[in-house]
Amino acid sequence: MPSPKEPNADFAEAVQKQHGGESLMLCFQCGTCTGSCPSGRMTSFRTRKLIRKAQLGLKDDVLKSPDLWACTTCYTCMERCPRGVEIVDIITVLRNMAVKEGIMSDEHRKVGEYLLANGATIPLNAKYEDAREKLGLSRRPVNTLGDKKALEDFQKILKAVGFDKLIGGA
Amino acid sequence: MAKKYALFLGCVAPARYPGIESSTRAICKELDMEIVELEGAGCCPAPGVIKSFESDAWLAIAARNLALAQNKGADILTICNGCYGSLYDAAHVLHNDPEKLRAVNKILREVGLEYNGDVKVHHFAELFYKDIGLEHIKSHIKKPLDMKVAVHYGCHFLKPSNIKHLDDPERPKILDELVEVTGAKSIDYKDKMMCCGAGGGVRSGNPSLANKFTEEKLKNIKAAGAQYIVDVCPFCHLQFDRGQKDIKGFDIPVIHLAQLYGLALGVPKEKLGLDLQEVPASF
Repeated sequence: MPSPKEPNADFAEAVQKQHGGESLMLCFQCGTCTGSCPSGRMTSFRTRKLIRKAQLGLKDDVLKSPDLWACTTCYTCMERCPRGVEIVDIITVLRNMAVKEGIMSDEHRKVGEYLLANGATIPLNAKYEDAREKLGLSRRPVNTLGDKKALEDFQKILKAVGFDKLIGGA
Repeated sequence: MAKKYALFLGCVAPARYPGIESSTRAICKELDMEIVELEGAGCCPAPGVIKSFESDAWLAIAARNLALAQNKGADILTICNGCYGSLYDAAHVLHNDPEKLRAVNKILREVGLEYNGDVKVHHFAELFYKDIGLEHIKSHIKKPLDMKVAVHYGCHFLKPSNIKHLDDPERPKILDELVEVTGAKSIDYKDKMMCCGAGGGVRSGNPSLANKFTEEKLKNIKAAGAQYIVDVCPFCHLQFDRGQKDIKGFDIPVIHLAQLYGLALGVPKEKLGLDLQEVPASF
């Protein structure tokens, strides 16, 4: 028989200390969030359960579950929560904690790499440069997609906060 | 209307749907709005995905964009719910938390910038509704539209409503009114306020889940008899348009509000880019 999971109060405390995680313990488990969640209609993701597990400090259950990444940040749950729990912000805190522990999908790592390389989450290629020209726009826009010095500044900031190492999985 | 607005392009519009960028430029001209370029701006960065990875990185990059606008003496004009969500949210944090502002400025100094905390962030639909006004737009309509459209608000335009205070997040009216001023009819449909499915890193991390959202929306939109989808976010736009490469049998073209206004204000069709999309729209 598997041994019962041990609650870990330190984890819940760590969540509450982060900006956006303060309201974690206000949740009284009514389930309005789960009932409102479009992702929950299509997956096994249950918002109420995720919040409960975070309250109890079931760290591995929370941080290692793919469900943590099923939220589209649509805010429907947060708008309807009768306790003012900032659910999306808590999910963001939990995701940050997971990434910090190296728990991140290859696809998401790639988005981070694109951001570092382009100053944008998607690159600009010749097909769309041609489309821009056809519409009377400059081939490359005035932002980091077309301005090398700006891209260097952008990368400097990301490196200053350690984003490159985080994405590299170091 | 003397206020200057720095056009914040973001990623998806300039790099995948340039028709949204060119339409925006054209309609701002038609409506006598002064737009300045925000040279060197970067990713907003994406609120659902990049903020999910590292909130401090997200805030520092957003602050850089705000500082660039501040140095131009302009407020920010976004054409994307994601950019609006990120920059509005970041401005809200920096304008209310001196400690965060101090920490961010320490990083910005490495690239010769400092943010003082007074730039306003606008979504173009919000600005059109509240500052430009429906009457002003109406007086510029040259080709009234006769079509039935499904309005898609997206998530980060109105929400979280406790910091944005734009409209009722459950039953809003802003976009419907902005659309109907052109003569088009905004039809009601089941689960109108549902997300497109792309946000929060779901499109990149779990595309089949994102498409399930989209398919449900497309079914509801088709059942209500809409001919087009009208949105205010290039990322929702991409999800609906490219999503239909995988989700067959709908063929519903997607029109960004700036493109819809382009049609109604008489902007040449070659500037709108509607023919360049996966599900092209011809008028």
